[in-house]
Amino acid sequence: MLIFEHSRSGRRNYSQSPLTPTPTTGIPEKLLRKAPPLLPEVSEMDAVRHYTRLSQKNFSIDTQFYPLGSCTMKYNPRACNSLAMLPQFLARHPRAPESTGQGFLACMYELQEILKDVTGMAGVSLTPMAGAQGELIGIAMIRAYHESRGDTARTEIIVPDAAHGTNPATAVMCGYKVVEIATDKEGDVDMDALRAAVGPQTAGLMLTNPSTLGVFEKNVAEMSKVVHQAGGLLYYDGANLNAILGKVKPGDMGFDVIHINLHKTFSTPHGGGGPGSAPVGVAERLLPFMPVPIVTMEQGKYRWLTEKDIPQSIGRLSAHMGNAGVLLRAYIYVRLLGAEGMHRVAEFAALNANYLMAELSKVGFEIAYPTRRASHEFIVTLKDLKEKTGVNAMNVAKRLLDKGYHAPTTYFPLLVPECLLIEPAETESKETLDAFVASMKEILEEARTQPELVKNAPHTTPVRKLDDVRAARELDLVWKPA
Amino acid sequence: MSIPNNLRYTKSHEWVRLEGDGTATVGITQHAQELLGDMVFVETPAVGRKLKQSEECAVVESVKAAADVYAPIAGEVTAVNPELESAPEKINQDAYEAWLFKLKPDNASDLDKLLDATAYQNIIESEDH
Repeated sequence: MLIFEHSRSGRRNYSQSPLTPTPTTGIPEKLLRKAPPLLPEVSEMDAVRHYTRLSQKNFSIDTQFYPLGSCTMKYNPRACNSLAMLPQFLARHPRAPESTGQGFLACMYELQEILKDVTGMAGVSLTPMAGAQGELIGIAMIRAYHESRGDTARTEIIVPDAAHGTNPATAVMCGYKVVEIATDKEGDVDMDALRAAVGPQTAGLMLTNPSTLGVFEKNVAEMSKVVHQAGGLLYYDGANLNAILGKVKPGDMGFDVIHINLHKTFSTPHGGGGPGSAPVGVAERLLPFMPVPIVTMEQGKYRWLTEKDIPQSIGRLSAHMGNAGVLLRAYIYVRLLGAEGMHRVAEFAALNANYLMAELSKVGFEIAYPTRRASHEFIVTLKDLKEKTGVNAMNVAKRLLDKGYHAPTTYFPLLVPECLLIEPAETESKETLDAFVASMKEILEEARTQPELVKNAPHTTPVRKLDDVRAARELDLVWKPA
Repeated sequence: MSIPNNLRYTKSHEWVRLEGDGTATVGITQHAQELLGDMVFVETPAVGRKLKQSEECAVVESVKAAADVYAPIAGEVTAVNPELESAPEKINQDAYEAWLFKLKPDNASDLDKLLDATAYQNIIESEDH
């Protein structure tokens, strides 16, 4: 039921009403509404009950295990949220003079420094407001670099097919032609294909590492050499940074630019559609092109670096400092963890993924890349199960909802048929992982003995199996009064 | 797995049939529709568009993913299947009946360079792992 369907004419929620009517002045007559907007008319209690009920139906990391691969759905410590919401932060105006916001600026400066250290880069800008924006700016900087050298014949960006789907889109948005290269049987980038693809037309390579196959590229050092020798730059999609946090630095691998998804790795809940935050880190040669503002410290005082300080900057990405609240959460998170804690994040993310992979394999699930150690996530393929029982990856995913788990990512990456991409993240206990394996085992048995039960799942959720074809074809997103 | 002998194929899972009037009919294979699952939208090229070989020229979108369709051979688009706009599920029902577009080949002999049924079958099998 929608909030609109609770609406009764004349009912009011006074806590949400304006204290005094606000007259509209200076707006041309033709732009003013003739009739009031269609808003739900409900009491305060109706509104509270409606949204509380919705929250009870919601599936979330706060209620259940959420092994959604590629998304890093981990627990975000409450302390990060409550400290980021201190009134002194909340009340700060983004345009307030630097002298009155030294505390906030100090947090941002330290976060820049810590992220530089974690990634091994020479500079960090915190302004990008989402992973896609971080990517866009990373490739825009690569373009600005080549152009500043008059090197305009570089028109191609190489993207392995195990990359995040946004990588090729980013390259196209920046005016490049995408050259896709294949993955070998082991899940690594095909090095011969890479050598054949690079040349004087290569502007750069975008690598998601660990890749969406859940493996760490074995030949990353060699790849970096091949691309640099051809005059191209290297872009690191840091979306899967959770797996290597504090262990390996993209800067040491030879990368020129990286974006980091704070909303995955650094304590902002992810998957709700935002807000995100994706700082970019750059190597020495891209420092002149970084997006502003950046925080600097001079004689113990913090201040913003702007276009005046970085004249070749590719510019600004948001009205001010990106998503300041997400940046604060990340800052508190890294300070709570410390360097040692970050190592533990990577260790437990990898341990949990490998434990779960081994246990699922033991109960009869086929692992897509069985010879490889999982980074922080891994892929199960149900191709064989589908052939034998007709039960596919989507059916298994839906049945998991009945068992009280959020489904893993399904049908991604596209390279692996009937796949589940599973990422437990470091915050889950062995008991949770064992219970998940037991449920997966049950589903496997159900698929063999009573496949219809699995095919028609879910059976216990507030909304049952949806007609996803009709939902896509006949989009119905606007409520109209009956 | 249905792979008719009278058609030619591409690595990217298109099928091509040379018609008596010299035009070539193009669709996606049974294997491709099976991987993609239930179709929700099909976007076909404009009639009259000149295509280069391997050029992206159509999009098939399913509940799982959107996939590009590539021109198997160079030529000019002469017709598109009007049924698919309202009934994309026809591709799932019979992938070799539900053609996407027809083109007039620049060079009819280009067809001979495409895969035959056996070669296409081998490609599918080698993709399985």
